[in-house]
Amino acid sequence: MELNAKIPDGPVAEKWTNHKSKIKLVNPANRRKYHVIIVGSGLAGASAAASMAEMGYNVSCFCYQDSPRRAHSIAAQGGINAAKNYQNDGDSTYRLFYDTVKGGDFRSREANVYRLAEVSGNIIDQSVAQGVPFAREYGGLLDNRSFGGAQVSRTFYARGQTGQQLLLGAYQQLSRQIGLGQVKMYNRHEMLDVVLVDGHAKGIITRNLVNGKIERFAGDCVVMATGGYGNVFFLSTNAQGCNVTAAYRAHRRGAGFANPCYTQIHPTCIPVHGDQQSKLTLMSESLRNDGRVWVPKDPETAKKIRESKMHPGDVPDEERDYFLERKYPSFGNLAPRDISSRAAKEACDAGLGIASTGLGVFLDFRDAIERYGKDKIAERYGNLFDMYNRITGADPYTTPMMIYPAVHYTMGGLWVDYNLESNIEGLFVAGEANFSDHGANRLGASALMQGLADGYFVLPYTVGDYLSRQGLASAGKVTIDAPEFEKTEADVRARIDKLLSIQGSESPRSFHKRLGHIIWSECGMARSKEGLEKAIQDIQALRKEFWENVKIVGDADEINQELERAGRVADFIDFGELMCRDALMREESCGGHFRVEHQYTEEDEIVQSGYLSSGEAKRHDDTFGFVGVWKFEGDGQEPSLHKEMLEYEEVKFVTRSYK
Amino acid sequence: MNLHLKIWRQKNSEQAGGFVGYDLPEVSEDSSFLEMLDILNEQLIDKEESPVAFDHDCREGICGTCSLVINGQAHGPEKATTACQLHMRHFSDGDTITIEPWRAKAFPVQKDLIVDRSSFDSIIQAGGFITARTGSAPDANEIPISKEIADKSMDAAACIGCGACVAACPNGSAMLFAGAKVTHLNSLPQGKAEKDRRVLAVVNSMDEAGFGNCTNYGECQEACPKEIKLDVIAKMNRDYAAASIRGFFSKAG
Repeated sequence: MELNAKIPDGPVAEKWTNHKSKIKLVNPANRRKYHVIIVGSGLAGASAAASMAEMGYNVSCFCYQDSPRRAHSIAAQGGINAAKNYQNDGDSTYRLFYDTVKGGDFRSREANVYRLAEVSGNIIDQSVAQGVPFAREYGGLLDNRSFGGAQVSRTFYARGQTGQQLLLGAYQQLSRQIGLGQVKMYNRHEMLDVVLVDGHAKGIITRNLVNGKIERFAGDCVVMATGGYGNVFFLSTNAQGCNVTAAYRAHRRGAGFANPCYTQIHPTCIPVHGDQQSKLTLMSESLRNDGRVWVPKDPETAKKIRESKMHPGDVPDEERDYFLERKYPSFGNLAPRDISSRAAKEACDAGLGIASTGLGVFLDFRDAIERYGKDKIAERYGNLFDMYNRITGADPYTTPMMIYPAVHYTMGGLWVDYNLESNIEGLFVAGEANFSDHGANRLGASALMQGLADGYFVLPYTVGDYLSRQGLASAGKVTIDAPEFEKTEADVRARIDKLLSIQGSESPRSFHKRLGHIIWSECGMARSKEGLEKAIQDIQALRKEFWENVKIVGDADEINQELERAGRVADFIDFGELMCRDALMREESCGGHFRVEHQYTEEDEIVQSGYLSSGEAKRHDDTFGFVGVWKFEGDGQEPSLHKEMLEYEEVKFVTRSYK
Repeated sequence: MNLHLKIWRQKNSEQAGGFVGYDLPEVSEDSSFLEMLDILNEQLIDKEESPVAFDHDCREGICGTCSLVINGQAHGPEKATTACQLHMRHFSDGDTITIEPWRAKAFPVQKDLIVDRSSFDSIIQAGGFITARTGSAPDANEIPISKEIADKSMDAAACIGCGACVAACPNGSAMLFAGAKVTHLNSLPQGKAEKDRRVLAVVNSMDEAGFGNCTNYGECQEACPKEIKLDVIAKMNRDYAAASIRGFFSKAG
């Protein structure tokens, strides 16, 4: 597998500008001759579809939801970062770039991250022009808040619904293009395979989720903006429909899968209540601006709280351990997500957890309410507090919230070069579905930034370059009558027939739950060689059982949510194994990937000097300073590992300290 | 808790549907309403019966996918709560719960509890946007917008497009949905240039899609999980009237 990142020459700050000036363009009059297929209508997909349609390309856009407006980007709460420096607190493109590289624990590609920081300001301009109602100050200018991993206020927000407003902004631009006939929108269509012609991505096979029809679509290139794979854990903050199928199917056709073990466990989610639960709910990280995270110092007190024999408000201050403030004084409650999550896990492992399950810590607004008054806090977080109350039946104004980490985002994804093109030519990957910008850990408010950067400001250039290099003569040449389409469609049909023919006794959801249990236990917040080896065996056994015993009620030619789920779970099972393999291969700890064998201890000088606490992640830059890219080698075969070495020209590898 | 469910079952858009009763034991009070349906579906699958098809996705009240009429109320009994955020603690042991799809001419049933809401998309496609070419935006702080206006716009923009307003309306009207979009965009200085075109196109598209008229019942406001207020309808009516008059005189002109 050839992994040429195609990073442009020159200083990091000039790479994108130079690259944009040099890559090929498609003449406005010729754009209509090209047909771009875009899969996914979240921030990345919708913004790419709208922007490219506006430029004059013919675009077809696909989503599995009943409307493009429902893509899961809509659920992002807290905000979007941009290096505007409106607060005059010393922010700059470089600082956002550096924070993001550092936050990603030096496992992202430097040039991509710089570009992300560089275009971040344009995103805010673009969104405001579309009518996104960001929060404003009384003077009429835009307001900002702080987010984890940064010491400046660079986060723009629209109450606790920033993702919703940004997505609606992009969706409205997309809708305008649909209305103009420049985009053909296919709702309730699920991509089940990508079609390669002479090694180039030239189309997709979809299933119409309403009538079950398997359809072929041909284009001049394919953009996948199909989101992340957090639902491999069964319980996550993802929407129920989020899945890895499109990405995994592309992987099976040759696309490299990069860093699948990099998953983000978000520290502030509502704790699990019981085994009938179907999803976890995130409470925005913005809450950590004013909420203080603590557990009782005394396990006996924690026990009393768990058993509801004591009200948390009655625990005196000196008996509380504000552990993030204690361990990371300069970042305090705003320490990055991976670090905060692990600290919560450690507290609970030490018997200090306070939820009925023992898995929970407090996020307390008592002091903030005293300082600013209830009204101010209600204005900032009212809708989040209401949501918490609805789900748990407890009132955060009077009782501290309980939180626990949950799977939230996946940094790994299909490998892409600087142009966001995968190793399959003509297959572009954007947003959470690619791997490039967040390294081993994503900072808060950076997902929205990346999705929109890719869609509004990167793909319109780089896709044009690809199309132009293919030449006008190739435009529209490949049609759905090509034998490759026939063959790929036959594969898709065979798989569906196979699933329906098994007629076993266990539901797809049950298999999904069992898979999630394996992955969460062994490939969750703490991973070990032994655990991962066991997980791989368990997953292989589960796969065998799935293909012998899955039970799908209903037919292929109707709305069949069980069939949809079964296909996705089957891919999650295969993908889960790949994830564990990647975690096993990566014998170091970095960002969200924590191998228990690789952590700092009291014996390390860096801990003795007071720079780090023991138990922090230990990277091995010499041996693991690379992107791990997996190539599919066939069913039942072990995938092969390929490496893109990470070369930092601008920043130096340092050990992260948020102390 | 033990529950009796009466659920609308309909094989597809062609065939007639009807209510079917189910008994569901041992539901946890901490489960959400949709988790309760998950449990029912697992049991139906066990018995080789077809599971109940229903729309849902984010399960945190923001995507607007879930769409159930519960005991005659769109999204159920809790105020400002989508069905996915409704928890079983609001019901009692032994309750009978009736579950139906949205019912409106413009939202045809596709299967069981799933309806087709693409008519909402058509309204947005017709005019629910501000034309803003990618890359040509001025600096975001160039136009100060008073906090009051920004907040008012945000109140309307909070609409999740679920369609509960239509389902609750005796006329099957989409005025709350459309009014929310018009208010969101027409209130902002960025939206001024297309203000008239927007409201005319939105209203026209609403009529074409088969939504009913507004006769001021106010049921939509009651059902809205995001508490969008009737004010947005008044605002749309004002803007529509003004746009029509301007249009009339400019044509006469």
